[in-house]
Amino acid sequence: MKHLFRACCSVLLLAVPAAAFQPSAQGGFVPVTPLTAAEQLPAAPLLITAYAFVWVAVLVYVWSIWRRLGKVEHEMHALQQRARRDSR
Amino acid sequence: MKKLFTPLLLIVAAMFAYAPVMIANAPYESSMGLVQKIFYFHVPSWFVMFTAVFICGIQSANFLFRRKPSADRIAVAAGELVVLFGLLGLVTGPLWGRKAWGVWWQWDARLTMALLLELIFIGYLLVRKYGGPGSEKLAAAMAIFGMANVPFVYVSVNIWRTVHPKTTVVPSLVPGMFGAFWFSVLAFMLLFVLLLTLRVRLEHQRAALDELYLAEEDL
Repeated sequence: MKHLFRACCSVLLLAVPAAAFQPSAQGGFVPVTPLTAAEQLPAAPLLITAYAFVWVAVLVYVWSIWRRLGKVEHEMHALQQRARRDSR
Repeated sequence: MKKLFTPLLLIVAAMFAYAPVMIANAPYESSMGLVQKIFYFHVPSWFVMFTAVFICGIQSANFLFRRKPSADRIAVAAGELVVLFGLLGLVTGPLWGRKAWGVWWQWDARLTMALLLELIFIGYLLVRKYGGPGSEKLAAAMAIFGMANVPFVYVSVNIWRTVHPKTTVVPSLVPGMFGAFWFSVLAFMLLFVLLLTLRVRLEHQRAALDELYLAEEDL
């Protein structure tokens, strides 16, 4: 029982000073206008990302059509050659 | 069209090379500043998307009611472009909104309806790809349904309260913005014609290949 009492006292003696040095919680917000330049969200990366995305998406799509066209034309060519060979 | 393809390609390339110069020289918008310049690629993407939706819808109706296979080929080509240009609009919009509104996305009438339109056409392409025999008729009906949705997407900003700018923005553009904007619209429209021509050619080649396989089976 004595040990338990001593342990509780030790915890309290350590916890009280620790709590005393805690920073106080924010009780309210203070508005500021205008926002400093360093705090503002930069527009240039968003603009560049938007334009880059348009370019990349269109180029990827053109490449995909090119690839699909090439595949179909290759298949047609092979089929025509086979038909010619069979007719002989 | 074959003769026109190369000159058109050169014109589109030149227009897309010059468009950033025009956009850079256009005046800044007072409240949004630099980020508002996304407008010059964002709105033309939607204009092209709506055009592609109408082409896909009208050609789908042509296929359903007149049984024209060539109309179905144009419809599927336009349907793919709907998804492409819709994606451009859906990606550039949030990039603009993040700075202008402070959020990437808002579940308001315009944005939600635009997303639904995109999803309808993704569904259209999935039905065409994985729907099996006869799926082109179901897909054509979906395209007509998607086309009926376009006017609602367009006027949604005027009917419901939304964070998105209204349709009055484009007619009220000042001369410096007006020229750059319509130049971009023309460049996007010509790019659309070019891509549609290429994509329709792919569908024609696929149809020719199918005929060759059928002819080989008959032999």
